[in-house]
Amino acid sequence: MSGSSMSRPSDHVDSEEVTSPDIGFRGWLRWFWRQLTSMRTALLLLLLLAAAAIPGSIYPQRSADPNGVALFFKNQAELAQWLDRLQFFDVYSSAWFSAIYLLLFLSLIGCVVPRSMVHAKAMVSPPAPAPKTFTRLRAKAKFEGSEGTLDLAFDTLKASGYRVVRDATTVSAERGYLRETGNLGFHISLIGLLIAAGVGGGLSFSGQRVLIEGETFVNNLGSYDSFSPGTFFDRSSLTPFSLKLNRFEADFDLQEVNIGTPTDFRATVSSKLSVDGESKTSVIRVNEPLGLPGANVFLTGNGYAPVLTFRDADGNVSFSGPVVYLPQDANYTSLGVIKLPDASPKQFGVLSFYYPTVAKLPTGAYTSGFPGNVNPVITMSIYVGDLGLDNGVPTNVFSLSVHGLEQVAGGTKHPKVELTKEGETVELPAGLGSVTWDATKRFASLDVDYNPAQLWILVFAMLALASLITSLLIPRRRVWVRKVAGGFEVGALAKGDDARLERVVEELKSKLSIKVPKKKAK
Amino acid sequence: MAPAKLDVALASVSLLFVYAAMAIYTISFLIFVFHIARATSEKKSIRDASGGLQKAGFVLLGLGAILHGTGVVTRGVSAGRVPWANMYEFSISGSFLIVLIFLTALAVKEIRVIAAFVNAFALLVLGVATTSFYVQIKTLMPALQSYWLVIHVTVAVLSTAFFNIAAGLAIAYLLRESEWVTNGKNSAAALFRRVLKVFPDSEKLERLSYRFNVVGFILWSFTLIAGAIWAERAWHRYWGWDTKEVWTFIIWTIYAGYLHANATRGWSGKRSAWLALVGFAAILFNFTIVNLYFKGLHVYSGLN
Repeated sequence: MSGSSMSRPSDHVDSEEVTSPDIGFRGWLRWFWRQLTSMRTALLLLLLLAAAAIPGSIYPQRSADPNGVALFFKNQAELAQWLDRLQFFDVYSSAWFSAIYLLLFLSLIGCVVPRSMVHAKAMVSPPAPAPKTFTRLRAKAKFEGSEGTLDLAFDTLKASGYRVVRDATTVSAERGYLRETGNLGFHISLIGLLIAAGVGGGLSFSGQRVLIEGETFVNNLGSYDSFSPGTFFDRSSLTPFSLKLNRFEADFDLQEVNIGTPTDFRATVSSKLSVDGESKTSVIRVNEPLGLPGANVFLTGNGYAPVLTFRDADGNVSFSGPVVYLPQDANYTSLGVIKLPDASPKQFGVLSFYYPTVAKLPTGAYTSGFPGNVNPVITMSIYVGDLGLDNGVPTNVFSLSVHGLEQVAGGTKHPKVELTKEGETVELPAGLGSVTWDATKRFASLDVDYNPAQLWILVFAMLALASLITSLLIPRRRVWVRKVAGGFEVGALAKGDDARLERVVEELKSKLSIKVPKKKAK
Repeated sequence: MAPAKLDVALASVSLLFVYAAMAIYTISFLIFVFHIARATSEKKSIRDASGGLQKAGFVLLGLGAILHGTGVVTRGVSAGRVPWANMYEFSISGSFLIVLIFLTALAVKEIRVIAAFVNAFALLVLGVATTSFYVQIKTLMPALQSYWLVIHVTVAVLSTAFFNIAAGLAIAYLLRESEWVTNGKNSAAALFRRVLKVFPDSEKLERLSYRFNVVGFILWSFTLIAGAIWAERAWHRYWGWDTKEVWTFIIWTIYAGYLHANATRGWSGKRSAWLALVGFAAILFNFTIVNLYFKGLHVYSGLN
């Protein structure tokens, strides 16, 4: 059998051994090109591509999981360096992975172009003439027929959508040109897909921003917490909209078997497309991003942001405002970091936990038992000393290096500072003043993305799918009816897989077996 | 959105139906095996009388499928959503579709002989699902609240069902073509030769396997595209080489290779049948090992 649905045409040179000893440089070039565009090479490259993709699922990838890569370097430094040299942490942009798919596409182009020309010719040519004998055809039959059989065969085949020609003794018919059209369309769509993906990747951007309730964010580079542009991204192409997070709400299930499972996250935002433009309110959900001109805004994370005020012993405010606490587990046990370089008498830093529904572990330590804000508690460990903020080296706002600092609250020697309800004020140890828990806000992590080629990618993907279906399911079939000694014979030949070939011949035979007179020439 | 009311009692009923289906599947499997033994008997009278056994097997398989389907539907109703949000549910829904498609495809006479294979596979999946993957019903997390859950996953399961049947036919084909079976001198080879007599000839097996793989491949392509569209909505990019995306791509590429192999001199026949099996092995790997042990965004097994 040859299920050659994806096959190159039968006249395509496939793995012919070129053995001529003196073919010169151009000859070698031609030989190489022939090898590259052969079916066998395409097949091997496909399998190679599948194998080459595997390491990217085993080792963490910088593009998808940068923290995993960092962790790998920490745990297995030597192995990591070797793997990195072989680009195993960037498999899908590595030289070897790119080489395979570029060769594959080159092979594909080298096959599709000549094949398109062959197909274009076939589309305007009459059906192929009948073979001398039908003995080698898989599907064939003989029948008696009558004078008008060839006329009837011509009309029947024509009515079934065949392209038909006839002479005095033979009717030749062919159908299913769409199979090859689909096959070529599929491969050309893949080229389009690759180009659109490449161009889109170059022009796209992705930016992240944490927004606390009440905060407004303006779409320019400076307002992002992190921003990764494509190679050809033009920063002036950012559309100047502003976005305010009015309210963030989270629903967590209370049913016993399902307790704490999030059921809905809603970020209610107001967007403005210009400074004095009209403000529009919308809701962003996990599967429902907000579409703005030149940007889509996605909800990717959320958590609590308690509003805290720190005062020194004289009542001067050294810090006041909401603090983003990053969730550490499914029940939103959250970690916040506050740095007070301007506090008097000396600067200090705070490592603080927020427990939305406080519960006690058997060890006596606090944890959160439910992600919703039912019985919240804040605890703080306080470290006094030089925070290292004055020498101009940028530091991560979400972490505090306690090295060289003196711990005055928390740890084994001192109790933690503990706030048990909103509005409460608690004295800090070591004469550091006091802290007040004013209110509790929520924050939303937003991702702003744009890929201008996305629509093209979708179009090529749909084209590829449609033409794939055409190329695999439409049978390409040739049928001949011929007058022979003692009656007629019908034979059929499929190019590629054809489930109905034998049945078509049987049906044709029974249809043509009725006696009909010869048509009168008009 | 108000969370769906979870009906724990109904979930237990659903599990009972799944157990009942497993019991019936066990019996039908034994009958199919027994049928093959009888149909390949050296006595003509036994061979001729074996048709009834096969019929009984199909009736039981159909009964098992009804119980199985009831188990799937009640599971969905008990959770107030589609019954494929974790590995257990995906397993019971997937194996149900495999049986359903196989029963529908029985119109093609030649595939009847792989009933024992498909039956055993569905039973195995249910066995692993109930013992290793079982989790209590939960509501859908926000990332899964999308109609793409219905489209993307249904088509993925359908595609797997077609690949599964094709793999069964490919195994039969490879056995038929294997040197060991055709020329083996020992009694096991002789037994295989006898059993394979009830199977369609090699060409027919190969062609049928190809057709099921073709449909599987089209559906898999759709799964991939639908997944990308959903990923763009939920994860703000259409493709990010997440482990599950990587394996979807690997499987797609292997089967693309299979289709090309069928048209390459020296690669059609046995080699392409092996490729079909490699592809199906990758699907099983993707569903089990990748789900349970690989880190990624598709963390919906529901297991800890």
